[in-house]
Amino acid sequence: MQKFITTVTVLVFSILFAQAQTATLKAGQTAPDFKLKNVDGKEVSFESYPKAKGFIVVFTCNTCPYAVAYEQRIIELDKKFKSQGYPVIAINPNDPEASKADSFDKMQKLAKDKKYPFPYLFDQGQVVTDQYGAKHTPHLYIVSKTAKGNIVEYVGAIDNDPEGTKTEKIKYAEDVIASLKSNQKPAITETKEIGCTVKRKAKA
Amino acid sequence: MSLNYICKAKLILAMTNMKIHAFKICTLLFFAFSIAGYSQNVKLLNIDQLNERIKNGKDSTYVVNFWATWCAPCIKELPHFEKVGAEYKSEKLAVLLVSVDFKSKLNSAVIPFVKRKNMKSEVFLLNESSPQEYIDRIDKNWSGSIPATLFIKGDKRKFVETEFTYEQLLTEYKKL
Repeated sequence: MQKFITTVTVLVFSILFAQAQTATLKAGQTAPDFKLKNVDGKEVSFESYPKAKGFIVVFTCNTCPYAVAYEQRIIELDKKFKSQGYPVIAINPNDPEASKADSFDKMQKLAKDKKYPFPYLFDQGQVVTDQYGAKHTPHLYIVSKTAKGNIVEYVGAIDNDPEGTKTEKIKYAEDVIASLKSNQKPAITETKEIGCTVKRKAKA
Repeated sequence: MSLNYICKAKLILAMTNMKIHAFKICTLLFFAFSIAGYSQNVKLLNIDQLNERIKNGKDSTYVVNFWATWCAPCIKELPHFEKVGAEYKSEKLAVLLVSVDFKSKLNSAVIPFVKRKNMKSEVFLLNESSPQEYIDRIDKNWSGSIPATLFIKGDKRKFVETEFTYEQLLTEYKKL
C-alpha cells in the first residue's frame, strides 16, 4: 500500500511538473540554450553563432499545411536576416512515432530538397519544445542576445497572412527585428495564429 | 434529376388506381432527400453569432469543436463528436463543429468533406479574419493549435486544447 501511494504521488507530481514545463515563454523571459542534432548530423546551439545579435527560433515540421505554407517565408527570413545578425534556427517539435512523416530522415530529405539555408534540428524527447512551450507549427520565437543572456523578445506568428492572399499584411517577425536593430523594444511582443498541434505519443 | 423522373413515373401510375399511394412515395422521397441535404449544409459563423446562439440556449449543453479539413488529428476525432452528439441529443446536447479552414476553401474543401463523411452534426465555417482577436475571444488560454474544444453548460465553461478519444470526450461531457 505504501508503495502504491508513493507511486501515485510520484505520478501526480510528474504530471503537474510536465504541465508546468509546457507554459509558452513570454517576452522578457530567458530563452534556454539547447544542443540539438541538425539534419547534417552536427549539433547546433546558440553558442554555434558567436557573432549573432539574436535568433529567429521557429518550431516547424515537415507536413503541417500551415508549416508548408510558411516554409518559403521562413527561408526568406533567414536569407534576409542572417547577414544582419539574426539567423533562423528551425526545430521540429513533433514526436516521430506520433507523426511518422516527421522522422529525422524525412527532415533530412526535406531540408535537402528545399535547400534549407538554416539548421533544421531534431528535438529528441521534445525537451526543448517543452522548455519553450511551443504549442503548434509554425510557432516562432525571436530572441536577442543581451548582457543578461538570451532574452525572448517576441512569440507567435510570422505574419498575419497564412494563406498568402492579403494585399496589406503585417509582417510581425520582420517588424520585431527592425525594432531590435534600432535598439527599441518591439511594439508587438505576442501574436496568435491557428496551427497544427505539436504531435505527441498517446499517453499510456 | 432522378428524383424528378421517379416522381413523374409515379404520377403516371397515379393516373391509374394508385393515386394516393404514389403521392405518398413522392412525398416521402422528397423529405428523405431534403433532410440529407440539410445535414450537409455548412454555414458561416462569426464569434458574435456563436455567443448569441449559446446565450439563447441556456438550457442546452454545447460542445464546440474547432477543426479543419487539413488537420489529421481533428479528422480522427470528428466521429467521436458525431457519436456523442447523436447519443446524447435527448439530453439537450448540441455539438457544433466549427471549421477554421480558410474561407476560400468553403466550396472546394469543407462542403465536399462534410458530404463525403456524411456528417450529421451542425457544421460551420468560422467567419472571422483576425486570429489575434478571435482566438482570445474563444479562450484566453488557446494558443491557436487545433483540435480544440469548448464545453459550455449554463455558466460553466471549459476549454481543452487537445485531441480526444471517444471515452475522454464522454468523460469531459459527463463532468459538466
